[in-house]
Amino acid sequence: MTDSLAPVEESIAEVPPPSRGGGVVRYLLAKVGGAVMSVLMVVVLGFFLFRVMPGDPVSIMTRGRPVSGAQLEALRAQHGFDKPLLVQFWNYLVGLVHGDFGQSYAFNAPAGVIIGERLGPTLLLTGTATVLAAALGLWLGAKTGWHRNGPLDRGSSGVALVFWSIPPWWLGVVLLMIAGGVFPTGGMQSPDSPAAFFPHALDVAHHMVLPVFTLVLALYGQYQLVMRASLLEEMNSDYLTTARAKGLRDDLVRRRHALPNALLPTATLVFLHLGMVVSGAITVEAVYSWPGLGQLTAEALASKDLPLLQGIFIVLVIAVVVMNLFADLLLRVLDPRVRAS
Amino acid sequence: MVTSFPIVEERWYVVLVGRRLAGAGAVVALVAVMAPWVTGVAQAQDAKVLRAGVTQDLDSLNPFITVTRIGTELTRLNYEFLTTYDPKDYHPVPGLAEKWETSPDKLTWTFTIRSGAKWSDGQPITAQDPAFTFSKMMSDTAAATANGNFTQGWESVSAPDDRTLVIRTKQPRSTMLALDVPIVPKHVWEKVTDFKAEPPLPLVGSGPFIVQDYKASQFIKLKANKDYWRGAPKIDGLDFVYYKNVDAEVQALVKGDIDVMNRLVPAQYDTLKKDPNIKLNTGAGRRLNEILINPGATSADGRPIGDGNPALKDPQLRRAIALAIDSRTLVDKVWGGYAAQAAGYIPPGFSEFHLPERTRFDPAEANRMLDAAGYAKGADGVRADKQGKPLRLRLLGHAGTNLDEQASKYLTNWWRDIGIAVEPQMVSDQKVNDATTGAAFDLAFSGWNANPDPDYVLSLQTCGARPNADGKGATPDSFLCDPEYDRLYTEQLQETDRGKRVEIVKKMQQVLADRATLVILGYDNPLEAYRADRWAPFQTQPADGGVILNQQGYWGLYSATPGRTTDAAAPAAAGGSGGGNTGLIIGLVVAGVVVVGGVVLLVGRSRRRGAADERE
Repeated sequence: MTDSLAPVEESIAEVPPPSRGGGVVRYLLAKVGGAVMSVLMVVVLGFFLFRVMPGDPVSIMTRGRPVSGAQLEALRAQHGFDKPLLVQFWNYLVGLVHGDFGQSYAFNAPAGVIIGERLGPTLLLTGTATVLAAALGLWLGAKTGWHRNGPLDRGSSGVALVFWSIPPWWLGVVLLMIAGGVFPTGGMQSPDSPAAFFPHALDVAHHMVLPVFTLVLALYGQYQLVMRASLLEEMNSDYLTTARAKGLRDDLVRRRHALPNALLPTATLVFLHLGMVVSGAITVEAVYSWPGLGQLTAEALASKDLPLLQGIFIVLVIAVVVMNLFADLLLRVLDPRVRAS
Repeated sequence: MVTSFPIVEERWYVVLVGRRLAGAGAVVALVAVMAPWVTGVAQAQDAKVLRAGVTQDLDSLNPFITVTRIGTELTRLNYEFLTTYDPKDYHPVPGLAEKWETSPDKLTWTFTIRSGAKWSDGQPITAQDPAFTFSKMMSDTAAATANGNFTQGWESVSAPDDRTLVIRTKQPRSTMLALDVPIVPKHVWEKVTDFKAEPPLPLVGSGPFIVQDYKASQFIKLKANKDYWRGAPKIDGLDFVYYKNVDAEVQALVKGDIDVMNRLVPAQYDTLKKDPNIKLNTGAGRRLNEILINPGATSADGRPIGDGNPALKDPQLRRAIALAIDSRTLVDKVWGGYAAQAAGYIPPGFSEFHLPERTRFDPAEANRMLDAAGYAKGADGVRADKQGKPLRLRLLGHAGTNLDEQASKYLTNWWRDIGIAVEPQMVSDQKVNDATTGAAFDLAFSGWNANPDPDYVLSLQTCGARPNADGKGATPDSFLCDPEYDRLYTEQLQETDRGKRVEIVKKMQQVLADRATLVILGYDNPLEAYRADRWAPFQTQPADGGVILNQQGYWGLYSATPGRTTDAAAPAAAGGSGGGNTGLIIGLVVAGVVVVGGVVLLVGRSRRRGAADERE
């Protein structure tokens, strides 16, 4: 499809073919460079931001238990809080270059290891839910947009709006109360989960049902509504009239002509959301006790675990930046007009 | 403009994706619903493993490091201490030490270690193990992280033979039978170089349960120690299962995913009363909740710090503020009746040291006191301080905490009645923490969990608990620095006669009430629940009005016996299994609908595809 459109685009943009290769490289470099700059700025921002937050980490660590003044000083020295801020920042940067986020004091383990442990469950949960929600939302959006004001449109758009407006945690608690007996009430696996791969995968799938269902209900509405709206914008376009004039069936006009164009804004939306997938769904993770990154963020904030907070911050930002980059690049592939400009 | 070739490709692609999605959806739904049969989640019904709900994250499994509630509970289960606390009334009873004696000068303690006890790897337990543990804590700062305060003021530790442990202290110490220090196996830990590191699993221990496996924020698995010297537990294992909020934990208990839980809030506790399969348990409070009144805070070197209102330096004003608080209303309205009215500083859960005289509520007397002291009421009903400025105070509280949010409304009204204008400020826990350690408050909510030995909570009110000039380097509470209190504190620490020590501690509580740098609000009761249809009654600590979980010992979990608790099990005892079947049926119906829906979708797609092929 793209090849057949290329000559048209060139004639509009009047760009000579030889320079196009260099343009792609320059475009790529600019985008990637911008992404790297964003991440670097976040590294700096993250370090100072969390230090401006109220709370002395050492006194939070020791609150409510017997400690002597000497112990407090030893803890302060051990975590490097006794050094000037700039020295702490430098040590932090040196650690980062070596791939070391520092030692989490809430968990007594390297922050990188803990984040790694939580990243998998979050990707599994929110990734599955986002894919399912996007598929369901786009499909329903295309249907309802095309048959605007039909019974399906009136019914399902209303339902989508309702689910989109309901707070996910509330939906989660209600589902938990209704179906808690059939499905596990929390966690990602049972303590006696079998070690063999297939039975273990089944156990995890069983634990995933309720949280994924909750997230899909909470997420699909926006995809449906955006898809519906962008399809409506295409509805009166001339090229659809042309397609109909060729004698194409209504269904084919929708699928082959209207949908690809309407998908452009939605594809961007999906990718932006994929970036957010990593930050998880804090509330749903909380309701279903899912051992994910969203939960970890809340825990790290409560204990003011600086190395962990900084690490999470960087991972989340990298996810968003990388997905934005993908969205930019994909849009270039999908939409010839972007390539031309 | 568009050739048909790419369109055909795209259509195939779309159709393929559509079919895959529908098929994958159906398979996922089927798999998820089938999972219980395949994996045998029915194991959860196996009463030989007790499942306890837990919400708090585990900081470490290293007994030298861990300070969290769950961490210390695990060390109590995994390691026998030198002495432990009686399940009936908390008095010290033998643990690894079967007997002990003190020298006439009360400086030398000789413990006799029991013979025949074994570590979980089969090695015998000897006096070398506690000697190694304590010496490490005295020589290695990392090993002193969690429990270093217990070995402060010690002269030496030695093990002249395998059954004798000798500890010499610099001063007489009354806390020598309250050493909450996990004793570790020397043959394992002498190879360890970094005492901050996590130990390998399974742990090697001497308690009734041994930690086998741990997945952060998911579960902690323990196995019964069949060689435990008191006798093997009656169950095979103990799982702590993580829930990230108490509401979900309650659901898990009701649905049977866990067997026992604590830290319920009154509303949840009352709801569970209707469930015939659940037995509720509440006991006397072990936590003191207080309002701090900044008495003109000073740092460790005696210089003023913080920004407390100077008017509060007057003890009469502080006493009046204390008199205006009605603990009974707080117990009824804020704690739903699940609390005890304010009395002495040591909570009633530790009845031996608790001073039972209730604090008075007498606003008329408070008004009289303030009138007599010269705090005249202005036209707006607010009294003026000695400098003629209106008495306006800040009340610092933890945002989102039930007690602070609700009680602050009652407190401000009561204080307005005696002519003091108080503005509540609910802020983050960290901010409260910073402000109270740096004395940047007038009035503040605070609270402590007490221990069977009162030494630590008492030490919080001594001059030595004050921080340095930066508000750091110590854990202050009310910034009291009172010669009489400090003298009594040293006396109780050196008094090894328990009866006499109790008297001193009670006198200290009277001094605290008189100085009024803190006012007790009340003591909330621990609220617990367990499955009465699966478990016989647990051993609570103390026996009368005690708790099952978070004990000062292992008695509750060690006593776990599969069976029934009959007084809770009403006629509807079969409800549990019935509920399970209903659940399965609902599950099957849901799966059926999903599968049928998937098939319909699939068929619809292929039929439409067929029609399209014909048309073109």
